[in-house]
Amino acid sequence: MHVPDGFFNAPVSLAAGVFAAAGVAVCLKGARNELNDRTAPMAGLVAAFIFAVQMLNFPVAAGTSGHLLGGALAAILVGPYTAVLCVAVVLLVQGFFFADGGLTALGINITLMAVVTSVVGWAVFRLITRSAPRSRTAVVVGSFVAAAVSVPVSALAFTALFWIGGTAPIDLAAVAAAMGGVHVLIGLGEGLITALTVSSVLAVRPDLVYGAAGLARRLVLRTADGEVPVEEPAPAPKAGIRPVLLGGGLIAVLLAGVVSFYASGSPDGLERVAADKGFNAGEKASSVGHWPLADYGVKGVENERLSLGVAGVAGVGLTVLAGGAVFYTVRRRNRDKAAA
Amino acid sequence: MVVAAGPAVSAGHHHQLYRPGDTVVHRLPPQCKLLAAAGFAVAVVATPRESFWAFGVYALLLAAVAAAGRVPPGFVLRRMVIEVPFVLFAVAIPIIGLGERVEVLGMSLSEQGLWAAWNILAKATLGVVASILLAATTEPRMMLLGAQRLRLPQLLVQIAMFMLRYMDVIMDEMRRMRVARESRGFVARDVRQVPVLAKSAGALFIRSYERGERVHLAMLSRGYTGEMPIIRDLSASLRQWGTAGLLPGLAAVTAVLSWSLS
Amino acid sequence: MTSHPIPSLEVSGLAYAYPDGTQALFGVDLSIGRGERVALLGPNGAGKTTLVMHLNGILTAGHGSVHVAGLAVCADTMKEIRRRVGLVFQDPDDQLFMPTVREDVAFGPANLGMRGAKLDRRVRDALERVGMLDAIDRPPHHLSFGQRRRVAVATVLAMEPEILVLDEPSSNLDPAARRELAEILKNLDVTVLMVTHDLPYALELCERSLILSGGVIAADGPTPALLSDRDLLAAHRLELPYGFAVPAV
Repeated sequence: MHVPDGFFNAPVSLAAGVFAAAGVAVCLKGARNELNDRTAPMAGLVAAFIFAVQMLNFPVAAGTSGHLLGGALAAILVGPYTAVLCVAVVLLVQGFFFADGGLTALGINITLMAVVTSVVGWAVFRLITRSAPRSRTAVVVGSFVAAAVSVPVSALAFTALFWIGGTAPIDLAAVAAAMGGVHVLIGLGEGLITALTVSSVLAVRPDLVYGAAGLARRLVLRTADGEVPVEEPAPAPKAGIRPVLLGGGLIAVLLAGVVSFYASGSPDGLERVAADKGFNAGEKASSVGHWPLADYGVKGVENERLSLGVAGVAGVGLTVLAGGAVFYTVRRRNRDKAAA
Repeated sequence: MVVAAGPAVSAGHHHQLYRPGDTVVHRLPPQCKLLAAAGFAVAVVATPRESFWAFGVYALLLAAVAAAGRVPPGFVLRRMVIEVPFVLFAVAIPIIGLGERVEVLGMSLSEQGLWAAWNILAKATLGVVASILLAATTEPRMMLLGAQRLRLPQLLVQIAMFMLRYMDVIMDEMRRMRVARESRGFVARDVRQVPVLAKSAGALFIRSYERGERVHLAMLSRGYTGEMPIIRDLSASLRQWGTAGLLPGLAAVTAVLSWSLS
Repeated sequence: MTSHPIPSLEVSGLAYAYPDGTQALFGVDLSIGRGERVALLGPNGAGKTTLVMHLNGILTAGHGSVHVAGLAVCADTMKEIRRRVGLVFQDPDDQLFMPTVREDVAFGPANLGMRGAKLDRRVRDALERVGMLDAIDRPPHHLSFGQRRRVAVATVLAMEPEILVLDEPSSNLDPAARRELAEILKNLDVTVLMVTHDLPYALELCERSLILSGGVIAADGPTPALLSDRDLLAAHRLELPYGFAVPAV
């Protein structure tokens, strides 16, 4: 699953590297806010846990087995910021200490397996647990859907990157279908094991599940007069989800804009072959030496690209609006129900 | 009766690659080696796939590093197994690839696909070998110090440090749970066994998290306030930078040449 | 019982519940004089470890107070409290988190701002006192369990604490390692609070014992006297090993 060197061209590897670095930087700050001085040991131990759990093979169907990606699981158990950090560190360690995953592909691997899985998993999880009444079932169902969705979305993100800067001339639809199809199945496995893992933690230490903040009981003093309850101040409210959603939305808009802007100048496999009838030009157009932006101006597709970029941003905007509307309606209905 | 966990219970890819030694390559400061390996990989990826000779030069450069670091070829080859899934993928590209087709041994293959397969195989292999050599000649602890020198965020370095320290402890716990499962006749055959595995994963998470809390407490007890005291710092001399720079430097020259010749 | 006017440790009315709702302490009162070696005995789940966590402010009291050599444990005094109270955890793997023994023992003094030759001397001195100087450059996970526990004691000694608090020091040790640790502890010149359910170990090392049961101090007295009281022990799920008899007082 770890992308090696040479799979993506240099510009895309580099761009993904910058994106991954930015994502990790945001999460470093976010995790500090969440965990304080506990960040390093806690995230380190959770990273070791993710590393171990990725080795736990589970049977998908007769004869085949999959292994956990763990992004969504980590996000639900320890929160999205810490989750991205943990999985990113796992990938860094695998790359530098175990030669697993190319060094130039680190940005791509972190983007796909740490950022996308954790953020998507967390967003889906919150959407479900927020719109359903607060219960253990909602958390477990939310975990299942979140993990099950995070895997194919990550596969689609891979396909999108491949479309922009993949080095193999494969029909994009074929890649999307193959990646999507297989990963929907793998996603079901991931969802199942994530939900059951979260459920088993909930049964023993519900206070450890970040996605299911628990309620504390009051202190009691055992004195000669029997048990006396101690007065205590109300707990401070927990930080909301707003920054995560806002940040995620911003990233999505940026990504869509940049990706669309960028992609339009790069022909897909079929066009490339037809246009080049050889191999030289197509490769040159997307390598460090000949930065693609130089080509674009010459080809005169400036406006087209710009419009595609705008379209990308608009598309994300519409999606967010539609999602928000659904979310808002469901919440309102719940509130009305609660009021009635 | 105690059920012993054999040493080969989980021969996964979690085994440390480091081979202790005292060669030029081993002695180089880690920050130099980290940058050298990354620079080399970038040069390789940026090379046009038609420049066969350039890839030959890269292979020779790596062979020279391996020889200087006394890393035997067999060791490198065994570690390259990690690449296998992508080799399989690369083999499939010419078959499913688009564009003009050529006849090879009676099979109709995509010409572009063949180029793509070669491109991925060559670059991935060179990248993997460079990473293996880096890991084989650099002690994990030194790698962390090097990363710290290179201004990787402190927190990230610390997380990696804790992960490396406790990885084996957690893998041991996982192994013990597996022995406990299997000694009671459990076999993971199909999807019906997933709940049992998930329970183990849940228990493992609780143990890891609680250990994290205890480690944090142990740190607090000794005055930790969120900053790791820097007890050891490594500096590299210009000469050492020069030595380490040979690999990415020569690779960069090769990459530039391959561009101007193609 | 205390010879010094200010006791090393003073706990009063301490109560605490974990975030998951389980209450572990229900009003603990105790006092330990300077230079004393005291055993804190109690069955599993009595709240021993929870009490220990309060001694250096890792957990903060839901109710009640803790004073170390006269200094109250609170947010403002935390740094000094943590230097004064040296906590040795049950699992040395939790305590030894740095890549090498040297770095691990140096972690505490370095956090206090110590550097260079002075730090190095402090590290060597602490390792010397537990007989582990030879292992200074080894990674902790390559040491035996007994060696790791001794290094764990050294990490705390390097802070020059007012009181040394040991959580189950004899657990998982083979008989030789157990005896070696006892000799090291006997020769240390600090106040010691030893949390254990290893009664013979308490008898060997500590003149005074406390019994913590049900989240309160149920008994406090000379160790031989407490351990001779069969009814008291039985009431708090404590038992002497088979064939062990407390020598006459």
